[in-house]
Amino acid sequence: MAEFFQTTIHDYFNYWVYVILMMIGLWAVIAKNNLIKKLIGLSIFQTAIILFYVSIGVKDGASIPILHHHDPAAHAVSHEESHHKEGHKGDDSAAHKEPGDDKGDNAEAHAVNPDLIANPLPHVLMLTAIVVGVATLGVALALSQRIFKEFGTLEESELLEQLKGGNVDG
Amino acid sequence: MSMGDQLPAIIVLAPMFGAILVGLLGNRDHRICFPIVITSLLVSLCATIAAAQEVFTTGAIDYFVGGWEEPIGIGIHLRIDSLNALILVLISVVVVLVSFFSIRRAGDQHSEKTPQFYILYLLLCVGLLGISITGDAFNLFVLVEVSSLTSYGLVAMGSSKRGTHAALNYLLMGTVGASFYLLGVGYLYLTTGTLNMQDIHTILQTNETIRDSNAVIIAFLFILVGIWIKMAFFPLHGWLPNAYSYCPSTSACILAPLMTKVSVYVMIRVMIGVFGVEWVFVHFGWSHLVVWMAVIAILAGSMLALAQREIKKMLCYLIVAEVGYMVGGAWLSDPNHWGLTGALYHILADAMMTLCLFLAAGVFAKRLGAVEIKDLEGLFKKMPLTSVAFVIAALSMIGVPPTAGFFSKFYLIRGGIEGGHWEYVAALLISSLVNAVLFFRIFEIAFFGSKPAEGHGDHHEDVETPSPETPSPEIVPQEAPWSALFPLLASAAIIILLGLFSGPIAELIRESLETLPSIVVPQAD
Repeated sequence: MAEFFQTTIHDYFNYWVYVILMMIGLWAVIAKNNLIKKLIGLSIFQTAIILFYVSIGVKDGASIPILHHHDPAAHAVSHEESHHKEGHKGDDSAAHKEPGDDKGDNAEAHAVNPDLIANPLPHVLMLTAIVVGVATLGVALALSQRIFKEFGTLEESELLEQLKGGNVDG
Repeated sequence: MSMGDQLPAIIVLAPMFGAILVGLLGNRDHRICFPIVITSLLVSLCATIAAAQEVFTTGAIDYFVGGWEEPIGIGIHLRIDSLNALILVLISVVVVLVSFFSIRRAGDQHSEKTPQFYILYLLLCVGLLGISITGDAFNLFVLVEVSSLTSYGLVAMGSSKRGTHAALNYLLMGTVGASFYLLGVGYLYLTTGTLNMQDIHTILQTNETIRDSNAVIIAFLFILVGIWIKMAFFPLHGWLPNAYSYCPSTSACILAPLMTKVSVYVMIRVMIGVFGVEWVFVHFGWSHLVVWMAVIAILAGSMLALAQREIKKMLCYLIVAEVGYMVGGAWLSDPNHWGLTGALYHILADAMMTLCLFLAAGVFAKRLGAVEIKDLEGLFKKMPLTSVAFVIAALSMIGVPPTAGFFSKFYLIRGGIEGGHWEYVAALLISSLVNAVLFFRIFEIAFFGSKPAEGHGDHHEDVETPSPETPSPEIVPQEAPWSALFPLLASAAIIILLGLFSGPIAELIRESLETLPSIVVPQAD
């Protein structure tokens, strides 16, 4: 039982939370009668996906993906070049040296151990996804505002009743 | 770096700068909007044609925005190959044609909102062109959302109360669809560690442990369901009919031909370019199930279309049926890929047919106030040219040679026969029959009046209750203005040209399918 808990719940805790949040959100989108509650559900749904992506990038004991240069004076000459290499080839670097080790030539001194750095890419992707989500929510709220002005209600059932009544646009 | 190397960037950026310019200058003087719009779209059109020419003579163009070529993640990869070159040309042609239609419409319906309308219009073009051109799975999500967000705005722009409600419904379903897609991409990234479509493809082909993992199957399912919602594949089509029939005509003319078709292209791109046909048909192997779903979509779409009384609603359900054609065609898994050829060719043909029909429906609504089919009485005399275009598109929908619709059905049926999917062939034929019934009913009303050949009793009744707006004896021709006629006749001409040149076009399409392995899927029973 304890092992089961360890392997399926504890190790994948983030993913369980994401699945549960996602289901809550989807349920609200489908089942709620009030449009604003539907939109809240949509937001929860999107946030769950953001949590999922953020979980992908996490590594145990890893640090933030900012590279340190311990001795600026020594490396000032070829700073540009080595920075360029690290920035884009982080995961490819063959030499897995500790970040603190700044002996040897520049490239080696700045080689990064990928295990010690969290993967920044999913987090950056989520910045875009958050922006998309905010934009969607903004449009949705504007539409619901207009619906409230035109129909005088935000309850889906009352809206459908009015729409069924025909000649709404007349 | 010559201009020629920058073609892929120009294609997407021209409408985007156009949108910015409209935003900056449009509010001072609304007359400046249209020249900016048409210029930026024509630049984009020329760039797509030049790019397509280059693709078909020298091969695929790969473009890395900002020169970030490493496939480690941040590079924005644009790719034009023989698969999407024609789609790009199609999108640019359609948006140019519809922009002509929008001249007068924009004046009427969004008189004080003209710049806003054109900004959304151009951003929609950016989204659609971007979806087709991108080589990166995550960028695809962002661009899908760019095009979706603008289309929610375009749907809601009209004065119809139903339109607002339809737009919110569309938004809820569309966002859930896009989120599913994003989730699928997340699983793909988790297993393969890359977002570049080509890299994912290579990894799935070479690395067997990844290829066989369940996570990839889950990723594919999420992506597939997400795209299906976006393209209104039958059980997930709920948002489409209301959104497209209660929105302003111009919005319907741009959204109906392009949104669903581009989503179909995305599905085919994901199947061929990301997962690979071998993985999709052999390892995933749901070919039979999906073809059956397509069969149901075709039949249900046709039947629902038959039940409609409003013109636009009917056309909307026809779109649902046509989406079934294309999804089924793409999943036929016949050894010579005629199904895929047919699906890709049908994207071109159906976009032009839908465009022509929706333009005509827009003209009917505006000029005759005709919303329902029975309002079309005496149409052929009132607007002969519009009717010609409408008839050509309708015949193409039915599948009469030499229109494009005939050839796409021919390729799809050939694929169905070679792949042994007789249910799909039957559905296609039934759907053609239903289309014939639908459109000949309209022709009859438009030509002879709404109560044809029912004896004297009906005639008598007619005299007793004369309808107020039919002065039938002396019908004055009230032809549509040139801004509507030009796109109408142009799209009708393109339908016939697509049909006449179906051979060379199919050759071009098959060029992109040449490298695919020939797959023989074992029969289910």
